[in-house]
Amino acid sequence: MPKQIKIKKGLNIPIEGEAPENIVGHIKSSTVRICPEDFPGLIAKLKVKVGDKVKAGTPVLYDKNNEALFFVSPVSGEVTAINRGEKRKLLDVTIQADKNTEAENFGKADPSGLSGEEIKSLLLNTGLWPFIKQRPYDTIANPEKSPRDIFITGFSTAPLSPSVDFIVDREPESFRTGLEALVKLTTGKVYLSISTETKSEALRNAKNVEICEFNPLHPAGNTGVQINNIVPVNKGETVWTISAVDLVIIGRALLKGEINFTRCIAYTGSEAVKKGYYTAVIGGELTSLFDSNVTKGKNLRYISGNVLTGTKIDENGILRFYDSQVTVIPEGNDKHDFIGWATPGLNNKYSAGCTYPSKLMQMFNSSKKYRFDARLLGGRRAIIMSNEYEKVFPMDILPEQLVKSTIAFNIERMEELGIYEVAPEDFALCEFVDTSKLEIQKIIREGLLKLRKEME
Amino acid sequence: MKSLKNQLDKNIKPHFEKGGKLEKLHALYDAVDTFLFVPNSTSKSGVHIHDARDSKRTMSIVILALIPALLFGMYNVGYQHYLSIGATPVFWESFVFGLLAILPVIIVSYAVGLGIEIVIAQVKGHEVQEGFLVTGILIPMIVPVDTPLWMIALATAFAVVFAKEVFGGTGYNVFNVALVTRAFLFFAYPSKMSGDQVWVRSGNSFGFGDATVVDGVAQTVDAYSGATPLGQIESATGNSVVFHDTMGNPLSLWDMFVGLIPGSVGETSTLAILIGALILITLGVASWKTIFSVFAGGMLTALLLNTLSVIPAMSISPLQHVLLGGFAFGTVFMATDPVTSARTEKGKWIYGFLIGVLTILIRVFNPGFPEGMMLAILFMNAFAPVIDYFIVEQNIKKRLKRASK
Repeated sequence: MPKQIKIKKGLNIPIEGEAPENIVGHIKSSTVRICPEDFPGLIAKLKVKVGDKVKAGTPVLYDKNNEALFFVSPVSGEVTAINRGEKRKLLDVTIQADKNTEAENFGKADPSGLSGEEIKSLLLNTGLWPFIKQRPYDTIANPEKSPRDIFITGFSTAPLSPSVDFIVDREPESFRTGLEALVKLTTGKVYLSISTETKSEALRNAKNVEICEFNPLHPAGNTGVQINNIVPVNKGETVWTISAVDLVIIGRALLKGEINFTRCIAYTGSEAVKKGYYTAVIGGELTSLFDSNVTKGKNLRYISGNVLTGTKIDENGILRFYDSQVTVIPEGNDKHDFIGWATPGLNNKYSAGCTYPSKLMQMFNSSKKYRFDARLLGGRRAIIMSNEYEKVFPMDILPEQLVKSTIAFNIERMEELGIYEVAPEDFALCEFVDTSKLEIQKIIREGLLKLRKEME
Repeated sequence: MKSLKNQLDKNIKPHFEKGGKLEKLHALYDAVDTFLFVPNSTSKSGVHIHDARDSKRTMSIVILALIPALLFGMYNVGYQHYLSIGATPVFWESFVFGLLAILPVIIVSYAVGLGIEIVIAQVKGHEVQEGFLVTGILIPMIVPVDTPLWMIALATAFAVVFAKEVFGGTGYNVFNVALVTRAFLFFAYPSKMSGDQVWVRSGNSFGFGDATVVDGVAQTVDAYSGATPLGQIESATGNSVVFHDTMGNPLSLWDMFVGLIPGSVGETSTLAILIGALILITLGVASWKTIFSVFAGGMLTALLLNTLSVIPAMSISPLQHVLLGGFAFGTVFMATDPVTSARTEKGKWIYGFLIGVLTILIRVFNPGFPEGMMLAILFMNAFAPVIDYFIVEQNIKKRLKRASK
């Protein structure tokens, strides 16, 4: 019997646009982009120049602070552009993909016969390492530190998020192999979090891990919430985290002896037409997915990821590194809501609080979903209301006080209040419910990056 | 409505933008525009969708909750007036008299407060914030009906500038702005804020409801005394206080609950205030924890004093205490101000309880300040951060303990 953990605080946002569980097709991308922005805090250095030929698995970038940490090309092809922004900041490396992908072969690897160190250097060399993240700071795991424990997220609770069951069950063998390799990376424990609704045999019967079962109330699917409720991170400790769907990619590579960065992604959102699951390569342009597959005639917001933590992209945007989901919602900037703050908002306005009747409406019709757009629905203010964040923050942390100390960048206070345990995504619901419309995830991300600079 | 928005954007907005003729009134235009239309700016970072509630919504709920007490207050002002001049109060006449008496106060309070807010928003280049929408309606409700308008204007200006804007505006203030207004009036013009002359208007409102005037003084009936029940404590003799209305008839608990008694405009009817409390609590705008604990603190203290009962004021029962004066009004609408109250959930219990305790202690032991509520809340406003500090320390200690295990 797995350990049961019940999360009481949280919110499942009733948003329209869920993807049915069936594969619709494959997204062909002629160009692939590698964006250092996907890895907060990374100072990327180039390993290629325009005109170079690369294979899938050829290093394209490396980390300035750790030259053993590579970022590889997901496809074979030719480097056609290296785009830079302000202050010559590297924005992306664009690769024109070949018709048929050719991959660097590193030889099949059976994790049971390898040591932890061997697995680590294999993952670093093949560009698979960045799938492993760490707390504190919510960055790519520092391979030079040994983690206290490793936490695997085996379910997702974010709005419209893809079913981890569905993705893992397509390749259970890859998941098992990936897990076998991961377990060797630590002398501590490996925890696998699943939800009470998890059915996948591969997840439920996973070996050499401690399984913890959560109720699927968002943000229970966030690894930070899981860690805080299983064994919290204290100052000075490091834990590594990975999602089960990323473990599948690692396992797949070990089984085949070459990397294959194809993901099974969910295409969701109220403005997506053929919703469902697609296969797509990480970094691949999504132009062909969006082409005649979105609602016409209004401004749209394309998101790689979910509506809470995803990255805003455009109709030629790419699938970002950690995302298994693409969402399309209305932008909403063409709407003019006349004295909207005073209207009853019976049918079209959702609030987690009670100042709009959406909660009451849900009592009568619990399956009612709302069509959200990207508007802030109010002006930015100082923090006025209290106990808003707390209601959606199921960690033993005082969120408002932590946010305030992070704004003030009072390091001692941030440490005392638990900054090492959190990631921006843990504050996504706080940001959603916030009456004052503050950019809390941005505040936390900037605080974490600044803190890492001070501490390391 | 789209055409109205288009008209505004095309023909009017440019004048208020940088380089336009009315550039200096940009903050005013912006306030009107966002009042009329929910701004359609979309998220730039972080979450892509947002909850529908914003601070305008929250503030308008508070105003909605204040309406029953405000309407009752208007009626009561007229009712007390007609009683005092010896006429039989008629419902509509009383209401219209009260309306005419209070409307100017509301207008002055809003005009002065919002005027200052708009100027400051323009200078600082930010949006006009909604905080004053609530403050502006609270001020007329916590002062005696006969407070001169210039005093209201002066006190409001003082409070908005020195209690709010110098700290950074809505959300940054330490003290409740409306209460600072009242405190300013109370200490600057005590003769207009206490005693038995100020609570009932015996003169007319814009020529409406004239009394018999002799030598320029409106005549009241013989038995009349305009002291509020709490004001009667000081003059009480014997072992107990018997409260009576303006005509000298004793007041029952029911009379105090309904609130046809003299007092500040909005505070007299506990019934109307409880309707407001119900709105605030069910819609989740005010903390029931604060409200509950103020009542608990006040009633327990009163009960304790009852058992000791050395001076007459100590014999006032817990129910009388919470039904009289500004106790209920302060509890529901001012102690719950999220900005100046304790912000942690545990802190709210302590914060509320101490307000209740202090209010009763001030009322009983310092008859010079019959209204203890105002001072108790302002005092606890100052201590709310200390309460929060200890609650936060608790969380920190727990975390440290966990780490050293």
